[in-house]
Amino acid sequence: MKYVDEYRDPELGRALSAEILSLVEPGRHYKLMEVCGGHTHSIYKFGIDDLLPENVELVHGPGCPVCVIPMGRVDDGIALAHEPGVIFTCFGDMLRIPGSDGSLLEAKAEGADIRMVYSPLDALRIAKQNPDNEVVFFAIGFETTAPSTALTLKRAKAEGVTNFSCMCSHVTIVPPLRALLDSPDMRLDGFIGPGHVSTVVGARPFEFIPADYGKPIVVAGFEPLDVLQAIRMILQQLDEGRCEVENQYKRVVHYDGNPAALKALSEVFELRPHFEWRGLGFISQSALRISDAYADLDAEIRFTVPGVRVADPKACQCGEVLKGVIKPWECKVFGTACTPERPIGTCMVSPEGACAAYYNYGRFARERELV
Amino acid sequence: MSEGDSGASGADPGANGGTPGASSGNSGKSSAPDREERILGIIEKTRSKPGKFKDAQITMSHGAGGKATQSLIEGLLLPAFINDRLAALGDSGAFEAGGARLAMTTDSFVVSPLRFPGGSIGDLAVNGTVNDLAVSGAKPLALTLSLILEEGLDTAILRQEVDAVAAAARAAEVDIISGDTKVVERGLADYMYMCTAGVGLRDPRAELSTAALRPGDRILVSGTVGEHGTAIMLARGEFDLDAGIESDTCSLWPVADALLEEVGPDLRCMRDATRGGVASALNELARASTVAMEIREADVPISEGVQGASDILGLDAMYVANEGKLVAFVAPEAAEKALKTLRSIPGCEQAAEIGEVKTEPPGMVLLETAFGGRRVLDLLVGDPLPRIC
Repeated sequence: MKYVDEYRDPELGRALSAEILSLVEPGRHYKLMEVCGGHTHSIYKFGIDDLLPENVELVHGPGCPVCVIPMGRVDDGIALAHEPGVIFTCFGDMLRIPGSDGSLLEAKAEGADIRMVYSPLDALRIAKQNPDNEVVFFAIGFETTAPSTALTLKRAKAEGVTNFSCMCSHVTIVPPLRALLDSPDMRLDGFIGPGHVSTVVGARPFEFIPADYGKPIVVAGFEPLDVLQAIRMILQQLDEGRCEVENQYKRVVHYDGNPAALKALSEVFELRPHFEWRGLGFISQSALRISDAYADLDAEIRFTVPGVRVADPKACQCGEVLKGVIKPWECKVFGTACTPERPIGTCMVSPEGACAAYYNYGRFARERELV
Repeated sequence: MSEGDSGASGADPGANGGTPGASSGNSGKSSAPDREERILGIIEKTRSKPGKFKDAQITMSHGAGGKATQSLIEGLLLPAFINDRLAALGDSGAFEAGGARLAMTTDSFVVSPLRFPGGSIGDLAVNGTVNDLAVSGAKPLALTLSLILEEGLDTAILRQEVDAVAAAARAAEVDIISGDTKVVERGLADYMYMCTAGVGLRDPRAELSTAALRPGDRILVSGTVGEHGTAIMLARGEFDLDAGIESDTCSLWPVADALLEEVGPDLRCMRDATRGGVASALNELARASTVAMEIREADVPISEGVQGASDILGLDAMYVANEGKLVAFVAPEAAEKALKTLRSIPGCEQAAEIGEVKTEPPGMVLLETAFGGRRVLDLLVGDPLPRIC
């Protein structure tokens, strides 16, 4: 398939793999974090880490939008979905995330009108088709998906749709990265930067990583050659003693991002003073709320949501997994009490979650070369 | 293992949530991989046990052909009806009557929308049941047809689907010899549902069994995969995508018949890769025969349209339903002849050998990715596409 096969060429992959091998210093262990869940998924789906020397370790970061949603937030969504006359819409990944008492999928089976949508515009369309119902969209995601929510809210306002609202759980990428880098148990050598977030925010916001923390970051695409090339670029920086933001994904990512999308975000959203992240706790200014100008479309204002904070299940170590401190299989409940069929933690649900990716794809990988 | 050196030095990092400063190179080498192996061992042991059915209510996942369906079947249905013929979990049940070796199967159809490029519910109702017989090595003899109609259904739609059933039955050379009709109040069904049952004569040219796979056997598919599910999904109009993909619904008896004729004694098992796609069919058989399988992703035939739609929608064509493709397992010495036979059948020109049966780890399907890595191709969890047949 044109424009896809080019980025999946196994020959070029082997060539990059050889270059990576030549850049690796014998005896040194490299820990690189792929920030974005999309990368985690690609790495497992294509078996990319089989092409890396054993001492290059990929650590899965916090960039899975579903995985970082705390339990209390899921409970709020379920409570809204059970409100009489409400049609609750969300992305498919959210349906199976466990709240403190069941998931949205189970709420659906109990009779709540919950519908999976592929875009917030689909939710708006449902609102227009069902004028007698209140339609709520559960908006999640980093800056990648936030612009589509923003544009939908703008359209709803412009068209005067009164039965549509959003429960906004959008988060931002920089604060959790900073929190990670500040955490004392982190020892990373470099970052594979999130490609799709960067299409919106650009590569510039990541300059603090080399500047303040002395780590290289390479913004990367999601095809296997993209990921391998980004790893090679990071290792090259380390080899040459450089430390900067580089952009491997130039075919999509502009260094300064997408000004139109950023403008829509600033019109519709404001930063929340703080937001709770699953496993990571409260991080200040790390999420978006709907701005006062669009308050009519804010489901949290239109309805009463319980807003109860629910502690993560004790056994669950999603936080450590999200920070890359432990590997998925090192979690106490991995694969036994927590499986994709019966997830305890969010990381086991989304295909972008480190645990689900490892459970579904990662077992029985190939022996790798030790340098 | 790839994740071997996790920087987990000495102490057990899982138990205390990570040891600060533990990422000091290779110090954890001896313990971490062992621990990982052990945990993977536990997972495999749990996986190989029959599924338990503990759910409080039915969700859409129970109908998706993945793990939830498996636990419903193994945990509730099998124990309730347990007998040898059912326990084989073949596509049809084998039995004998008056000296005749017969096979019987049933299937219900709730597809939405009723019509889609390449077919309709009427085609599926015939071909679905015919194919369950065909891949069991049984020549379809006769079908029954039950109709569940929603009050208010436009009779033009009914007429159209009845004609579709008749035409598909003619094409498959099988008669509808009995039927039933029920009507439910508006809102209690989605236009119409169909249910067919079929009886077939088990063919003496082969002894097929889900437990017959041997290490070394070759795995063949009869053509490009993922077309039916993709066609249905696009027909629902939820995406502004148009890929001109048609459902592959058709009778597989000519394909089964040709394989039985050419490589009968060397044919171990066939399965039509419907709900859950090729990946689910492979997993079910790896489990039933307690063998492993290794699949070469690069050799799996997938049309450009299906590949493109899958990539855009985040699906894996290996898990997308087919309604006219089978997976065949043949002894290694007969693989070439079987492939040649398949490719000579109209509609099966793209047939391919996609992998091999192995020993370890039992019950597991591994995929050699086209990019050169390796990963598990497990049963699917959750519900990518409800009501595709």
